[in-house]
Amino acid sequence: MEIDPLIFRLSIFILSIFVGYYVVWSVTPSLHTPLMSVTNAISSVIIVGAIIAGLSGNPDSVFSTSSIFGFLAIALAAINIFGGFLVTQRMLAMYKKKKKDKK
Amino acid sequence: MISANLSAIFYLVSGVLFILALRGLSSPETSRQGNFFGIIGMIIAVTVTFLSTGNFSSGFVYVLIFILVGGSIGAFIAYRIPMTAMPELVAGFHSLVGLAAVFVAISAFLNPEAFNLGNPGNIKLGSLIEMSIGAAVGAITFSGSVIAFLKLQGLMSGSPITFKGQHPLNAIILISIIVLIYLLCSTQSSNLFWILLAVSFLIGFLLIIPIGGADMPVVISMLNSYSGWAAAGIGFTLENTALIITGALVGSSGAILSYIMCKGMNRSFFNVILGGFGATDEKSSASSKEQRPVKSGNADDAAFLMKNASSVIIVPGYGMAVAQAQHALREMVDTLKKNDIKVSYAIHPVAGRMPGHMNVLLAEANVPYDEVFELEEINNDFANADVAFVIGANDVTNPVAKTDPQSPIYGMPVLDVEKCKSVLFVKRSLSPGYAGIDNDLFYKENTLMLFADAKKMTEDITKNL
Repeated sequence: MEIDPLIFRLSIFILSIFVGYYVVWSVTPSLHTPLMSVTNAISSVIIVGAIIAGLSGNPDSVFSTSSIFGFLAIALAAINIFGGFLVTQRMLAMYKKKKKDKK
Repeated sequence: MISANLSAIFYLVSGVLFILALRGLSSPETSRQGNFFGIIGMIIAVTVTFLSTGNFSSGFVYVLIFILVGGSIGAFIAYRIPMTAMPELVAGFHSLVGLAAVFVAISAFLNPEAFNLGNPGNIKLGSLIEMSIGAAVGAITFSGSVIAFLKLQGLMSGSPITFKGQHPLNAIILISIIVLIYLLCSTQSSNLFWILLAVSFLIGFLLIIPIGGADMPVVISMLNSYSGWAAAGIGFTLENTALIITGALVGSSGAILSYIMCKGMNRSFFNVILGGFGATDEKSSASSKEQRPVKSGNADDAAFLMKNASSVIIVPGYGMAVAQAQHALREMVDTLKKNDIKVSYAIHPVAGRMPGHMNVLLAEANVPYDEVFELEEINNDFANADVAFVIGANDVTNPVAKTDPQSPIYGMPVLDVEKCKSVLFVKRSLSPGYAGIDNDLFYKENTLMLFADAKKMTEDITKNL
């Protein structure tokens, strides 16, 4: 009997939880705020679903109820992607080491 | 148009890049590179999606327009937001992830052919289950985050809202969500889908309103976790590896942060979720009504103490952020360092309104991160330090947590500030902190209270140094 592809996806999911567990414990506490903003940005990869939804309309009518929800989701996810990565970058740029030469 | 197998491999690559993005955060040196990996991963995922749909018709233009509109709004917010407002921003962003998950689920439910999930009214059972779970969790994330945002922003009172029968009501709603998902899967009725969404929005709202403002670090972490699970649910529906991996990463990340925050307050997760903490202010402060002597001083005394010290430990708290005193503080520390005084910062896990908030605020004020220490790293150093300078922190320094089993904060890890030769405590008044309990530290022999606004006091001390 063939194995349902769902089982493979479930395996990926479970293993990723473990990867996440160990990776996140290794994050230094001083970077917990950037951790939250970057996880925010990457979870917006949900935009791939939104894009498929947005392009679901047929060539004659771009807008259907389903594709409109897709477009809205694209905009929301894009806010998060740009906002999340940029604000993370802004924060990380502020973390500096002790300067050797005193001013 | 590229084959489904090839795009699946690319999604896997972007999933791995997202893991590396989080891995980079293990130290500030590698973190910027990590963020870069994350951006690459996102670009790959989006590009592959375009290529695999192979649809470059007029719809494609609209997709780009919406990305551009959303992206500009996001970029604008990212550059304008003050660092003190990070908790609100993150809560707001969580709500968007939740809502996006809901919208994608609605779209997939209305037009399952586009996602290869079957036909309307006859969606594959597995997909329908995944979809409805993703939609329900997304809806809970959305409404919960909106409430968290309103509370953090001060648009809604931070005090817990509780009413009779709250917990039974929540339990009934949660059970009804499970029943609705079951019914939805057996009947495929679109009405049930809308009811499921409405009920999920409602429960997200009800779950967060009883949680007090001071528990927000836990709430934000928890919603972070929810947003991950919602993304994973949608990832299963779309059979998309990148989304499944990311959802699992974000879900466990948020769960770990919630755990760390709960431990920092010595409270169980359920205790926080059930809420109502901070609503019982009167009870404990009433018992300590008798006046106890307090030593108070001015900037001059504080400057004198610090000038004669050889090591100073700064204990910042949320009050420092409220007073916007971080820059003034760093100037004071610069002056101290010029006099060859060793200065370090001690940060409690729950200082600030979200995990790691204090570190970001200090980093913004140009405090080098290798002068900033976590509780476990620095707690033994207090005994050898000459002066502890407590600015905007309160409960996290209260020795009662170690000595009085009756105290509501008993067992909470605290900074051993009282072991310092002398303690300077900047505060506006003697009022208790959010836990509603008196801080024994105020009345210690070696404590000097500095009653003033944190920023003004810090500036005055610098002048006197």
